[in-house]
Amino acid sequence: MEHTVVSANKFNAWFGDNHVVKDVSIGIEKNQVIAVMGPSGCGKTTFLRCINRMHELIPGATAKGSLKLYDDEVYTMNPIYVRYKIGMVFQRPNPFPNLSIYDNVIAGYKLNGLKVAKAEQDRIVEKSLTSAALWNEVKDSLHKKGTFLSGGQQQRLCIARAIAMEPEVILFDEPTSALDPISTSSVEQLFHELKENYTLIIVTHNMQQAARVSDKTAFFYMGELVEFDVTKKMFTAPSDVRTQNYITGRFS
Amino acid sequence: MDARIGIRNTKSILFKGLIVFLAFVITLPLIVVLLYIIKQGIFQVNWHFLTHVPAPVGETGGGISNALVGSLIIVLMSSVVAIPVGILSGIYLSENPHTKLAYYSGLCVDILQGVPSIVVGIVVYFWIVKPLGTFSAISGSIALAIMMLPIVIRSTEQTLRLLPPSLKEAALSLGVPYHRVILKVIVPCGFAGILSGIMLSIARIIGETAPLLFTAFGNPYLTTAITKPMETLPHLIYTYATSPYDDWHNLAWGASFILLMFVLILNIFTKLITRKWNIQL
Repeated sequence: MEHTVVSANKFNAWFGDNHVVKDVSIGIEKNQVIAVMGPSGCGKTTFLRCINRMHELIPGATAKGSLKLYDDEVYTMNPIYVRYKIGMVFQRPNPFPNLSIYDNVIAGYKLNGLKVAKAEQDRIVEKSLTSAALWNEVKDSLHKKGTFLSGGQQQRLCIARAIAMEPEVILFDEPTSALDPISTSSVEQLFHELKENYTLIIVTHNMQQAARVSDKTAFFYMGELVEFDVTKKMFTAPSDVRTQNYITGRFS
Repeated sequence: MDARIGIRNTKSILFKGLIVFLAFVITLPLIVVLLYIIKQGIFQVNWHFLTHVPAPVGETGGGISNALVGSLIIVLMSSVVAIPVGILSGIYLSENPHTKLAYYSGLCVDILQGVPSIVVGIVVYFWIVKPLGTFSAISGSIALAIMMLPIVIRSTEQTLRLLPPSLKEAALSLGVPYHRVILKVIVPCGFAGILSGIMLSIARIIGETAPLLFTAFGNPYLTTAITKPMETLPHLIYTYATSPYDDWHNLAWGASFILLMFVLILNIFTKLITRKWNIQL
């Protein structure tokens, strides 16, 4: 199991009394794209937000069980360190409106007060924007505000911001649900390139997207992890009847 | 059908006419007051007026330099006290809206906002003037700082509350510790709103007279000693307007004009700031 990056063992999460993630056990391997799908309210986003400990920021939210990044228990690590190692991209693009494109990319360093030489900053910004397939579009306007970009560009800017921190894993919470089809396909294309260096976990509502972009797919239903398997198998020969029903559109 | 539409259109026009007329009627007294102050005050103002202390009775001339300097010092000192405390409280209230402490301090802020300014003056008199045994600029500043606080707190709170939570999440997800999220992301993004709240609170206190009556008290001489009584513009207007001498009345008009200009400039400045520095979310 040396290639397992993130693993959960009987992991549970609650909002107050509401048990939203139930006994989830999963092992996610390095440099893969994992799609997490399921109907609304199935706990997929909550599970995702537990991985970088964003879940606990909501009042009344609790979690229990084992969740590991490599061999370290996420819930005993310093949450700040966890979030260095596990980046996140949100449903709606959320660049910092007071910062330029350049400063948005380097924000993880600047806001944390980490001292980085100017040349090194330039290198990080160029590399991250290139990895996020945004460099060519913005290289002449790096010092304009990030909010002047289109929605799709803003989302890629947020991806660049996450990449800049050199995380192990990047979490995507329905990253394309606020984007138009063209921007969506550019972000999806990016996933294939990003998995060379990172492990991606993508929550999505969209089954076609899961099928298009992922190596493995996890299906959540009513807070349980129903099935986790190679994407091709999930969509052609699922072993659980609930997965089959979901994929064939019998409920959503 | 046509007739009915005609009636509805007429009603619409009548209603529109009515609100325009009422708005005009309401604004009219304000404009009259402003014009009157300008008419009475503008010819009093010259270099001599701005740079000299009031002349004794019987002598002509004299100015308001003591009050200008005094107002400036006292407002500055109040700001130094009220702005940091106000911003921090505002941050607390917007960050923790559902705690008991937030509920009660929010309540206090609302009550404080409604306390008559003369009462604030009396309280500061008993807290500071009496123990120190003298009227002083410091006590006046504290009274005005208390008047400023609720405005700064509420404007900070409301500005920050309007910022989308996704902004905070973006910073937290980068591993930024909470205090840096607030200081480096949340406050800078709400900067224009916070600053305009500060400006408005200054515009509000610069014309306050009542809290200064038994705190800063007033002083016919130019002084910068903050432990001694100090003159301020509104107090000078009060003293000289209630005097029986025409010369002093003119002084009061001139000072009123200056005060009015001050508030006007602050307000225009605030508008410009909110327009220029407002961050597009």
